[in-house]
Amino acid sequence: MDDDTNAEPLGPRVDPGDLAPGDECRKSLSQLYGFLDGELTLERRRLVLLHLDRCHGCEEAYDFEAELRVVVSTCCKEKKLPPGLRDRVAQALRDLSDEH
Amino acid sequence: MADPTTFAAEAMEHMPALYSAAMRMTRNPADAEDLVQETYLRAYRGFSGFREGTNLKAWLYRILTNTYINRYRAKQRRPDETHLDDIEDFYLYRRLGGLEGARATRSAEDELLDQFSEAEVKEAVEALPEQFRIAVLLADVEGFSYKEIAEILDVPIGTVMSRLHRGRKGLQKRLYEFATDRRMIGDPAGNPPEGVEQEEVPTSG
Repeated sequence: MDDDTNAEPLGPRVDPGDLAPGDECRKSLSQLYGFLDGELTLERRRLVLLHLDRCHGCEEAYDFEAELRVVVSTCCKEKKLPPGLRDRVAQALRDLSDEH
Repeated sequence: MADPTTFAAEAMEHMPALYSAAMRMTRNPADAEDLVQETYLRAYRGFSGFREGTNLKAWLYRILTNTYINRYRAKQRRPDETHLDDIEDFYLYRRLGGLEGARATRSAEDELLDQFSEAEVKEAVEALPEQFRIAVLLADVEGFSYKEIAEILDVPIGTVMSRLHRGRKGLQKRLYEFATDRRMIGDPAGNPPEGVEQEEVPTSG
């Protein structure tokens, strides 16, 4: 299947009336991933932060998603390399270089 | 041909990150080791084509990803990807009652995230269809920008965002399934969580 033809808007689509009370909330939630990904312009980022200061519901949603991001990142990183991998790769590179 | 000493000095420091990604891609240590080694050999051979001053880490990930897709994709079943379209945004948070008024307390949400074992989180990521998994790994684990991911995967930025969006939803749905299986949270009918405080939770493994 092809998922690649249509670009999504930045962040999740949020259906009107679906979520929190106001337009500001919908707008802020639609920019949540852009915000966490560091992809918003400074001005947009500033507006989101202003809204989060005033809106506890959105702030909690942002906090939850940010915390989840930390959990995923931490859990997915291997704590150590398999023993000997570094040496094996270094040796393979030396062998390769000796061929030339 | 690039000087191997120079290459090693600059490229080897990225091995832990590359190995982590290789583990999540191949899902097993032997294949992950092979994939990392192959990536370094290919990178070494192509190092003369690498432009100094550009992003070495992103370049290595590009080689890793291409090597993975070329070598390992054939082994794998083509998973069903359409189901990701049907998942709501913020799936997990919604299920906790967030965004909908009658919501769980903040501490319950934090507690839920603490309760997932490392194995569960890894499994949730690894269960994602390949292209979504790779996008999520590059963004959420490695912290690459949309533009960098677009270059690594050789796709438009809009595609990167689409894959991230769907991948994250799929990830949250899987985590929610773990949470309900283990009765970490209430059922979808809105019944309250059972014994969240008392439940014995295995530590990460």
